Amino acid sequence: MNAVGRFPESLPALADSPLAVRGLSASYGGKPAVIDADVTIVPGTLSAIVGPNGAGKSTLMKAVLGLVPRQTGDVTVFGQPLTRMRHRLAYVPQRASVDWDFPVRVLDVAMMGLHRELGLLGRVRPHHRARAEAALDRTGTLDLARRQIGQLSGGQQQRVFLARALAQGADLFLLDEPFAGVDAATEATIMSVLKSLRDEGKSVVCVHHDLSTVADYFDRLLLLNRRVLAEGPVDLVLTDRNLQATYGGRLSVAQLAAIR
Amino acid sequence: MSAFLDALLLRTGYNAALVSVGAMLLGLAAGAAGTFMVLRKRALVADAMAHATLPGVALAFLAMVGLGGEGRALWGLMVGAAGTALLGLLAVDRLTARTRLPEDAAIGAVLSVTFGAGVVLLTVIQTMSAGQQAGLEGFLLGSTAGMLRADALTIAAGGLVAGAVIWVLRRPMTIVAFDEGFATATGIDVVRVDRIGMILVLFVTVAGLRIVGIVLVVALLIIPAVAARFWTDRTSVMFWVAALIGGLSGWLGTALSAAAPGLPAGPLVVLVAATIFALSLFLAPRRGVVARAVAARSSSGRLDPSEAARWIALRHMEPTSPLIDEDDGRTPLSALLPPDRLAALDRGPV
Repeated sequence: MNAVGRFPESLPALADSPLAVRGLSASYGGKPAVIDADVTIVPGTLSAIVGPNGAGKSTLMKAVLGLVPRQTGDVTVFGQPLTRMRHRLAYVPQRASVDWDFPVRVLDVAMMGLHRELGLLGRVRPHHRARAEAALDRTGTLDLARRQIGQLSGGQQQRVFLARALAQGADLFLLDEPFAGVDAATEATIMSVLKSLRDEGKSVVCVHHDLSTVADYFDRLLLLNRRVLAEGPVDLVLTDRNLQATYGGRLSVAQLAAIR
Repeated sequence: MSAFLDALLLRTGYNAALVSVGAMLLGLAAGAAGTFMVLRKRALVADAMAHATLPGVALAFLAMVGLGGEGRALWGLMVGAAGTALLGLLAVDRLTARTRLPEDAAIGAVLSVTFGAGVVLLTVIQTMSAGQQAGLEGFLLGSTAGMLRADALTIAAGGLVAGAVIWVLRRPMTIVAFDEGFATATGIDVVRVDRIGMILVLFVTVAGLRIVGIVLVVALLIIPAVAARFWTDRTSVMFWVAALIGGLSGWLGTALSAAAPGLPAGPLVVLVAATIFALSLFLAPRRGVVARAVAARSSSGRLDPSEAARWIALRHMEPTSPLIDEDDGRTPLSALLPPDRLAALDRGPV
C-alpha cells in the first residue's frame, strides 16, 4: 500500500529521473530543517516545492546541490551522482543572496553561465557572447546588457539570474523563489520562459510560496514541512487535507477555497 | 626635486632601481589580490595575517642566529613570517567556525595577540648581542635602506607569481565573490578558490614586509582595490586598474623614499596610494563625488509641464515602450522621438 499523499504509479524509473532524492536530512542553524525527504522529479514537467515559512524548502534545494551539508540521503541527477552531472543542471539562487552593488554588468552575469565551457583560460568567442545575449533576449533583458546590475529593478535582476541559467544550456533547472518580490510583468515573463523550457522537454523545479498560483503554474507539486507530506500531480496533491497537514491546520476555509 | 626625478627614472643606482621595480611588481600583485579580498569582503583577514608575521620574523631570526648565521637572510625571515601568518589565518578560521565569536572579533583577537608576542620577541632580541639585529624593527614600517639585490629580486618574483596566479583564476574568483551558491552549483570548488586567494594574500603580505612593513601592508591590499572600484563597473577591469594603482604606488613611494633618505618607504607607498584613492573618490566619472554632485544638481531641474504630459501620454498609449525606461524626470521626450510621433502623443489617444 502507498503512503498517504504519494503517487508512485506516475513516477519514472530512478535512472530516468532528472532529479531523485532519497532519505535526505539536513539541518539549518543546528535545528533539523529537512527530515528524510524523498523527491522524484518527472522529466519534462514544471514542479513546485511548496510549504510554509521555515518549512525547509530552500534548505532542501541547497542540500540537494551541496550548498548546505546533508546529514543523510542520496541524490542522483539523470541517474548519476550530482558531481558528474553538474553540466546538465542550472541553479537560480534567491535574488537577495547576492550583493547587487557588485562590479559586474548584466552581460557579465549572463556570461557566468558559460563558465564551465570557457574554463580558466578559454577565450570568449563571438558564439559564446551570442549565447549569453540570446539568453538575455529570452528574458527581455538584452536592452540592459551594458548596465551595472545595481541599476536594475528587482524584477529585472531576477530575469538576469534566469538568463544566466539559460546560458548554461542545462536540462534541469532549480529555482529558489523566482517570484519573490518581482513585478507582475516579470512574473509573467519568467513563467512563460519556464513553460517553454518544459515544452522543450526540460525539467524545472521551483521553490514557491504563493499557493494561489500553484495550480496555474505547475504540473507537479511537492508539499513540504520539514517532511515531505505529499508529492504528485498538482490536481491530485492540492487537497484540503494535504494543505492542512502541510500548514499545520492554519489555513482558513476562505483561503482553501481561493486555492482551487 | 631632481633627486626625485632621478629616482623616478631609476637613475639612482642599480640597487635603488631594483627596489623600485620590486615595489612596483609587489604593488601590482597586491592590487589584484586585494581586489578579490575586498570583493569577497574578507580584506581584514589579511590584516590579521600581516600582524601575525611579526613573531615569525623574530623566531626565524633567532633560529638563524642559533644556527650560527647573521640572521638577516630575507628568505629565511620570510619563511618564518609565512609560518606564523598561516597559523594566524588558521586561528581566525577556527575561532569563527568553532566558537560563537564573530569574524571581526576573531580578527581583532588574533591580530593583537600575535603582534604583542612579536613585539616582546623583538625586544628580547634587541637585548641580545648575537647576530645583526639592527634593522629588524624595519619590518614594522618597511625600510629600503640596506636592501640587497637578492632581496629585491625575491620580492619581485613573489609579486610576479602572485599576479600570474590571479590572472589565471580571475573568472572563478569573480563568480565566487559575486555568488557563492551559484559557484558551488556549477562545480567551482569555493573552498579551494578561497584558500588560493588567502595564500596569494599571504604571498603578497610576506613579500611586502621588507618594503611596506607589517603594520601597513594591508593598506596596499585594500586601497588600490577600493580606489579602482570608482573607475569601473566590471570586475575584470577592476583587477587591472587596482594592479595599476598598486604598481604606481609602489614605484612612486619608493622613488620618494630614495629621494629623501630617512623617510620610510612603507608609509610613503601607502600615502601615494591614499592620494590616488582621494583623487578617485572626487574625480572619477559617474561614481566620484564631483560627478554625483553635478548629476544631482542637473536632476533638480524639472521638465516643463508639456514635456511631462508627453511622458504620461506615452505611458497611456504605449505601455510597453522601451523608452519608458529612459524617463528619469529630466530627459525631455522631444529629445528621443521624431516630430510626427510627438505630434501623435500631443493629440492623445484616439
